[in-house]
Amino acid sequence: MLAPGEMRAVIGPNGAGKTTMMDVITGKTRPDTGRVVYAADTDLTRLDEPAIVSLGIGRKFQKPTVFEPHTVWDNLLLALAGDRRPWFTLGARQSDAEQARVDEILGTIRLREHRHRRAGDLSHGQKQWLEIGMLLAQDPRLLLVDEPVAGMTDAETAQTAELLREINRTRSVVVVEHDMAFVRALDVKVTVLHEGSVLSEGTIDHVSEDPRVIEVYLGR
Amino acid sequence: MRDRIAAPATLLLVLGGALLLAALNLGTSPGSALHVPTYVVSLFGKYLCFAILALAVDLVWGFAGILSLGHAAFFALGGYAMGMYLMLQIAGRGQYGAVLPDFMVFLNWKSLPWYWYGFGQFPFAVVMAMLVPGLLALVFGWLAFRSRVTGVYLSIITQALTYALLLAFFRNDMGFGGNNGLTDFKEILGAPLSSDNTRVGLLLITAALLCALYLLARNLTRSRFGKVLIAVRDSESRTRFLGYRPESYKLVVWTLSAVMAGLGGALYVPQVGIINPGEFAPAGSIEAVIWVAVGGRGTLHGAILGAVLVNLAKTYFTGQLPELWLFALGGLFIAVTLFLPRGLMGLMPQARAPKPVDLSEEAPIPKEATP
Repeated sequence: MLAPGEMRAVIGPNGAGKTTMMDVITGKTRPDTGRVVYAADTDLTRLDEPAIVSLGIGRKFQKPTVFEPHTVWDNLLLALAGDRRPWFTLGARQSDAEQARVDEILGTIRLREHRHRRAGDLSHGQKQWLEIGMLLAQDPRLLLVDEPVAGMTDAETAQTAELLREINRTRSVVVVEHDMAFVRALDVKVTVLHEGSVLSEGTIDHVSEDPRVIEVYLGR
Repeated sequence: MRDRIAAPATLLLVLGGALLLAALNLGTSPGSALHVPTYVVSLFGKYLCFAILALAVDLVWGFAGILSLGHAAFFALGGYAMGMYLMLQIAGRGQYGAVLPDFMVFLNWKSLPWYWYGFGQFPFAVVMAMLVPGLLALVFGWLAFRSRVTGVYLSIITQALTYALLLAFFRNDMGFGGNNGLTDFKEILGAPLSSDNTRVGLLLITAALLCALYLLARNLTRSRFGKVLIAVRDSESRTRFLGYRPESYKLVVWTLSAVMAGLGGALYVPQVGIINPGEFAPAGSIEAVIWVAVGGRGTLHGAILGAVLVNLAKTYFTGQLPELWLFALGGLFIAVTLFLPRGLMGLMPQARAPKPVDLSEEAPIPKEATP
């Protein structure tokens, strides 16, 4: 029930099903029952991961997973939207449009001066941004972000919130996060999951006053 | 830096070495101190065939993370295709003087089985040396990669594949000479296999093919395709979430690698003069993996170097200290794994080192948080 262009935060105690929800949406896990409807008429539970990606759904994992032997530039280049079949990539040359797009993303994620470094040599926070940049390069309509600020410094956290808001201007975003200060900073509608079901939904103030939410999660 | 000199150095060593051997064999009198006997020429020809196999193994193992323990099967299939051609060239000059190969006469067969048709033609045999391993790899890979069989499980299946072929080729009624295989070859394309000129020619052709395949593999791995391949090697599921289909990429490179191995086998048989089911033995495939590990996985030129050096050592050991060879080989593998995870190429100074990769496992699948 996410509107196009919306940003939504999902919170919930351990085992509430936040990551499972993302697994189901992206095709990593197939649910026993039920459907996931995307863009009004597509049932995602019937598709595999690359097919779902090609519909415009991008996912950022909690642990940053960038391709360490490749440079920052190549990581973004591989993520760029475009033909992904072997016959194309065998002969692909970097087009001007691709170079411009990679450069633009490098600006957005503030890694322009690191573009020739091996991704494996970046700091933790830089890897997180690179991964967000790779998501942007995929040009998705919906972005699923799993705990983007885990392990980040306060300054990096604030920059990440800003980055996500910037992204949200053109795309829908779903953020799973534990960090309540970060969720508050995002200032968006919040869904609270508990044991696989929606427990409460509304503004951060609304849900943090909900007695059931306080009981299972906030007021420990 | 190092990367820029690697390719020219490899080509120079392979081609230059082969030309030097050729000159020292044909250009000097047999009594001269500089003379290289013909058996040495063919020995190096054999090493270069093994280098082609090593290159094929490195392409799938070093760049796609597919640890194949059955690559010698593709090599042997290519070898059998060439062996069948050479066998049919003997016609009429065998022990029984029959048109059919001797072993078929011995089995009381009256005519060639259908699958031997066409092998009298050299071009047909060469095409088959590529097509048969390629098709087998295509079917095998399609089934395995589509079902997401990776890591150790895939290695075990490749091992089973080569073992199954070994048992099949041992059977006399398969029509490939059974236990004895195919041998007693006389000539290739009309040139007698016993002549020095033919031997030298085969060495030079092998060297040229090795160089061509090396350049092909190098361009492939440096293309965008190659970058996706490395991404698949390091994190298959992440690549999938980027929208690539790892199974397609693996299938392409796997099939290509099998074709390369088949070509290596096709050049191997005329130089060693025999092909028998022993080439399918699982140990052979494992040795090929050791050559690559010794030279340096994921470098291509390392695979070539490893194949030649380990086989030189093997020739020495099996001649001088035969009972020690297997201990040396095992010790070498352990030593390389422990002390030289990037093989001999890891000893070279370099600006940007590729990340050492675990020898036995696929890259771990990214673990998601349990919130």
